[in-house]
Amino acid sequence: MTALLAISEIQSALAPAGTQAMRISQLWWVYLTVLSAIFVLVAIALFIALSRRHAVAELPAPPFAPGEASERRTSTAVTLCVIATVIILFVLLFWDFFTGRAIYALTSDKEFLHIKVIGHQWWWEVQYQDPTPSNVMTTANELHVPLGKTVKLELQSNDVIHSFWVPAMHGKKDLIPGHPTVQYFRADKEGTFRGQCAEFCGHQHAHMRLEFVAESPDKYEAWLAAARQNAPNPTTAMQQRGLQVFMSNQCIMCHTIEGTAARASLGPDLTHLASRSFIAAGAVPNTRGYLAGWIANPQNIKPGVRMPPNPLSSDDLNALVDYLESLK
Amino acid sequence: MKTRVLMTICCAAALVSCKREERGFRVAPPSAEKIETKSLSDLHPAGSSVAPPTKNDYRENAYAVSEGEKLFAAYNCVGCHAHGGGGMGPALMDNKWIYGSQPQQIFSTIVEGRPNGMPSFRGKIPDFQVWELVAYVRSMSGLGTSGASPNRSDEMKGPTPPSSMPKQTPQNSSLPKSAERPPP
Repeated sequence: MTALLAISEIQSALAPAGTQAMRISQLWWVYLTVLSAIFVLVAIALFIALSRRHAVAELPAPPFAPGEASERRTSTAVTLCVIATVIILFVLLFWDFFTGRAIYALTSDKEFLHIKVIGHQWWWEVQYQDPTPSNVMTTANELHVPLGKTVKLELQSNDVIHSFWVPAMHGKKDLIPGHPTVQYFRADKEGTFRGQCAEFCGHQHAHMRLEFVAESPDKYEAWLAAARQNAPNPTTAMQQRGLQVFMSNQCIMCHTIEGTAARASLGPDLTHLASRSFIAAGAVPNTRGYLAGWIANPQNIKPGVRMPPNPLSSDDLNALVDYLESLK
Repeated sequence: MKTRVLMTICCAAALVSCKREERGFRVAPPSAEKIETKSLSDLHPAGSSVAPPTKNDYRENAYAVSEGEKLFAAYNCVGCHAHGGGGMGPALMDNKWIYGSQPQQIFSTIVEGRPNGMPSFRGKIPDFQVWELVAYVRSMSGLGTSGASPNRSDEMKGPTPPSSMPKQTPQNSSLPKSAERPPP
């Protein structure tokens, strides 16, 4: 139960942490209350109607000709019900409309944090945009935002249709190949939440998660400044060997480590890999054992993933993991 | 009832025999044992003898061929060979093969590299991906199976799609004049 509650707090539209999600959850509660009340009333009316007994003899002979009074009562009841239905539908319609307005109110903001999110099978590439090209920062499967600031997400896809969904922040938004989409939101509550691809996108759709961190502007700035740095140089002999292993094997064909010769963009950016809490888009925690297992054969952890197995000797693998763990 | 059972069995049999869409994520890739590792002399780069063909298990698998197509762009083969039309490197959609058209010859071309620009990808690309590339490269000149070759190109305007490419007879070809070494 506690575990369930913990999950519901990090990934639930009913535990909103942003303005948009707040309005969406309000709307959800209004609908749930009103519609449940109507359902209960209708069920009660039906039950009463069913339980009223009529002796067969009391019924008029066919063709049925109800009495004047009964006819009048019925038409009043039907009219009242129709009016109530129309009023309720209009109330819901307006609530819907104003919620929509409130959700998209941020669209006109001039001051915003511009982040590009690119969906890949099956991970998220996150680019923090900046007017100075050298300040554009790329990371993967994690999204940090400052509290109280409008965030503009530019959503793109590299292969198939994905859908970006951080339930604590906003509704879903599809990532469509060749057609960038945009989503605006604002985080109001500090915390770590979870995003998830919400459009079936292939074999490992379920393992396409994103860690979403809403933090105070100071913390955010510190994180961004650290993330913009190049990868630290290897210090120990093992780490140096690890770097060599990285450069002379398959790794370099797909990954980037800023500050080294590895500049490929097929797989996630590994510049600050050790600072992330998960690997493989949230499939497993970022621990030494999982990291080594992942490098040796990713297909065991996430069958179908695009990363191939890497047959390395145990010494090489150890050195490589040593190096990757130093990428804070 | 009988018909339904019979149809179910037939469908199951059809599914089992459907190799085209098989995705062997955990299957060991075709081995790269029979790679031609002949050293090449200056005078006679290709050699005229053609080794007995090694069967590439991926040539009948549409998934593997399309993976090969993706890798062809991802590993920047397109940088020199374009989408088959060639550029800095030779064209791959024609019938001229400097270093041989057999799967294992293409395999060793990728793994060993070739003089005048083709880099060696030994250790950089896992064997099964090289075989996927081989399957795709062969499909570009119609040497793949029509069932598995992609029937349209992913590029903006591509050549004839591999599945309707007329079959071309591979021929040995010498290096282009421009690539020959100047006399000492």
